[in-house]
Amino acid sequence: MLEDRYRQFVARIREPGFRFDVTLAPPNPARADQDVRVAREGMRWRAERGDFTASWDATSGRGWIRQSMNPYSADTLLRIVHSIALAQTGGFLLHAASAVRNGRAFLFPGVSGAGKTTLSRLAPPDARLLTDEISYVTKHGAGYRACGTPFAGELARLGENISAPIAGLFFLEKSSHNQLTTMEPGVALRKLLRNILFLANDEDLVSRVFQAAMEFVCLVPVRSMQFTPDARAWGLVR
Amino acid sequence: MSEKYISRSPAIAARLLGDEMMIMSATDSTLFSLNPVASCIWQAADGSTPLSEIVKSRVCAEFDVDPETAFRDAEEFVDRLAQHGILKVSNEPEPNAAAQGGTA
Repeated sequence: MLEDRYRQFVARIREPGFRFDVTLAPPNPARADQDVRVAREGMRWRAERGDFTASWDATSGRGWIRQSMNPYSADTLLRIVHSIALAQTGGFLLHAASAVRNGRAFLFPGVSGAGKTTLSRLAPPDARLLTDEISYVTKHGAGYRACGTPFAGELARLGENISAPIAGLFFLEKSSHNQLTTMEPGVALRKLLRNILFLANDEDLVSRVFQAAMEFVCLVPVRSMQFTPDARAWGLVR
Repeated sequence: MSEKYISRSPAIAARLLGDEMMIMSATDSTLFSLNPVASCIWQAADGSTPLSEIVKSRVCAEFDVDPETAFRDAEEFVDRLAQHGILKVSNEPEPNAAAQGGTA
């Protein structure tokens, strides 16, 4: 099920950063409505929701997952584990569409309805889509790279498993015209933090994510992108 | 009137962005941005310098403001940040206050 779901992102690695033993168990009706909770208990992380419980060692990355037979539990856990791992190295997961054009990556954050999927559908043939929902941002030397993710939104299509240096971030806003506006760093930081996927209740990681967001808005051009829902919008992305 | 001594909470992350001091509470992820006057007070919050002295020697020296207004505004600002756990307020200097580090 998982190999099929994450097709081009599946690989056999000799020494993976994380390794989980998965046990399938029937869903517990008493916990059906439980929201996701992530917290560190000593040297172990624990994540749970109505449909899964997981625990792993913060140092070795070894742990276990107990979940019902559905793809959504693993999907959520992947996001949790990667958001924590990225925070340790200055990166983050972002509610954003992203694409590579001319060897450079562009991010398009926005809440549901802002236009992430709309813009992704309108992508020209030379744009390679990384995701229409959750972007993967890594710190790389003095800059950042965006990587493709298997986390799809309404487009229901996996991103390409490629990466490229990030050349710009555009906060989407549907409009009657196409226009880019430079944002003040303080405004950009507030908006960026609102879109970073962060599920762990942990003071150290909150601090790390804050520092990462600060670094990002200082290093990457951040603009507001008003766009009409047609292919001309991509004329702004260069 | 007793003196107030202010120090920065360890449960925050703070950094200067342009001329705005951005502060995030690590306990509830609330984000604050401080204007230049508030940033000046924040940076002087070493736990050992009385607030009245910070206002006199830092705020009034760097900004065009009368001491009475500056002190009143400083007290309001300090109380507000203390309510969010961003600043700690005491009637006495903090022990080992000189060892307090700067912001990231």
